[in-house]
Amino acid sequence: MLTGSDTALPYGRGRSYGDSCINSQGTQISTRRLNRIIRFDAQQGILHCEAGLTLDEILQVIVPMGWFLPVVPGTRFATLGGAIANDVHGKNHHLAGSFGCHVRSLMLLRSSGDRQLCSPSENAQRFAATVGGLGLTGLITSAEINLIPIASHELEVEDKVFSCIDEFAALSRESADWEYTVSWIDTFARNGQVGRGIFSRARHARERGPLIPGRRRAALAVPIAPPLSLVNKWTVNSFNRLYFWAGSRKHVVRRQHYQPFFFPLDAINHWNRIYGSRGFYQYQCVVPHLGGEQAIQTLLREIHRSGEASFLAVLKEFGQRRSPGLLSFPRPGLTLALDFPNRGEKTRRLLESFDETVLAAGGALYPAKDARMSPQIFAAGFPAIQDFIPEMDPKFSSAFWRRVRE
Amino acid sequence: MKSGPGILVFGANSAICHELLKLYARQGARYYLVGRNPQKLQAIADDLEARGGTVSGSTSYDFNEYQQHESCVLRARESLGLIDLAIVAHGSLPDQVECETSGTAVKTCMDDNFTSTAIIVQACARQLALQRRGTLAVVSSVAGDRGRKGNYFYGAAKAGIDALLQGLQGRFSGSGVKIVNIKPGMIITPMTSGMKHGPIWATAEAIAPAIYRAIAKGRKVCYVPGYWRLIMFIIRCLPTGVLARLPI
Repeated sequence: MLTGSDTALPYGRGRSYGDSCINSQGTQISTRRLNRIIRFDAQQGILHCEAGLTLDEILQVIVPMGWFLPVVPGTRFATLGGAIANDVHGKNHHLAGSFGCHVRSLMLLRSSGDRQLCSPSENAQRFAATVGGLGLTGLITSAEINLIPIASHELEVEDKVFSCIDEFAALSRESADWEYTVSWIDTFARNGQVGRGIFSRARHARERGPLIPGRRRAALAVPIAPPLSLVNKWTVNSFNRLYFWAGSRKHVVRRQHYQPFFFPLDAINHWNRIYGSRGFYQYQCVVPHLGGEQAIQTLLREIHRSGEASFLAVLKEFGQRRSPGLLSFPRPGLTLALDFPNRGEKTRRLLESFDETVLAAGGALYPAKDARMSPQIFAAGFPAIQDFIPEMDPKFSSAFWRRVRE
Repeated sequence: MKSGPGILVFGANSAICHELLKLYARQGARYYLVGRNPQKLQAIADDLEARGGTVSGSTSYDFNEYQQHESCVLRARESLGLIDLAIVAHGSLPDQVECETSGTAVKTCMDDNFTSTAIIVQACARQLALQRRGTLAVVSSVAGDRGRKGNYFYGAAKAGIDALLQGLQGRFSGSGVKIVNIKPGMIITPMTSGMKHGPIWATAEAIAPAIYRAIAKGRKVCYVPGYWRLIMFIIRCLPTGVLARLPI
């Protein structure tokens, strides 16, 4: 199939934000037809299926039987293969670790035609390279994962307002027994209010309840990308004030279906179009605990100084559980995710100034959300690259890889 | 647990069919699967069982071995008890240019898309007539609505299916037997993998729910996605001279 210098890259549903799922000068292997379940053990909670199934398709099957995915990212439209190849994390990282922690084994198809079963005990080094390996070690055709039991599709959810990063840290500590925690940060808060936000925590309801998966199709859609971004400092400022005000009014523990809690953006098809035809940049970094709070403060101040607006600013504390991948992004510390409408040079300069803060704090950027990081910052954040390279498939490459390894 | 509908499937490996079959699995459907490739058939069977269905039997053979269809339907009837739904979804997309020069290619096209289908439909219809109830759903194509210079061999085979099903709809009119003619437009499946995909293309996954609803209602003709009803209406209305000039 691959001739000469042609390279290949698996392509699931293209839910990465940057070029890590794109192979612009080569072949992309669609995994859409790898959509069959091989075995679902509903007694033990073990699912063995092909890698092109989306997390949504998996939830449709396992939720009615009282099971849930051990880790879910912010979209249910990612594939199983993509979840492994990016070693995705969720709001329960502080307890559950990354997605790769729950993969029992996977089948890797190499360009040589070899099929290799990889697990933490078999072909362990190749397994470690493939988890978080950005699709560069070969095509993941199937995987076996552990599920977690649930008694109901409902979550108990509680929102708490915090006024600074110290308060966030305190809430994060006192919420250790909540399975899911995540915070929204008001990037438009001024001076004394810098670092204010809303801390959400949730857990699966313990009482038996209905087990109905969420609606499959989004009710709303953004039909076209307008020429200018609808996300700008005025709209974000108004939204943030309203959102913070609304959040500060509810203190009760509420019950909610899992779908809007885990996948709020999936409710609107093509939501990315609100950023206009020039799109947007995501910026997600992780900084170690030591000095991490100061680094986050610095980043928030830099946003404030720049006058740019980040619509979605999400802060989360990663736990101690080690990610199994050589290039896994999750590691102990604080992770901040931001997005900015693409305003060309101005936006790129702002993000470069963030890079310095992240580098100085000993942090890393998330490849799945990146479209611009330099080879230097990639190398600094992922010291195991030298162990990873020998495990790569010689015929596999991506636009991201060529960019950061030049 | 209440046992779900008994479903007999010819061409279970087809992408459209697999997506459709998934939708019945959660009701605890019982399947009898027939396909050409036994490995793929097993993978589909495992998938449907994992989703809550039961595969009560399966057979793989070449659909051009026409003597096998009758006995296959009988085995399915025995295995399922009652055939609530029979789906005929196999087919192949011929190379139009090759058909224009090779009689063998034309024969393969007609065997795969008309002759085998007609014999399977006959065998199924006979069984449903004995049961006096049940639904027969056949996947034909929008290509049969009007002969076009781009694919008239495939179109002719599918037009033949249209006439066959219209006749059966007349025969079973007012009875408990329903005949559903499913007409997919351009769908992204392995069968069309060599073609260039544009904005009017849909995925098998996206059209399956509409087919499911058409079968539940026993609708006579079901265009999927629905906008193909309009597209084909326009194409049928075009004067011959205009159609000849279009690059389709």
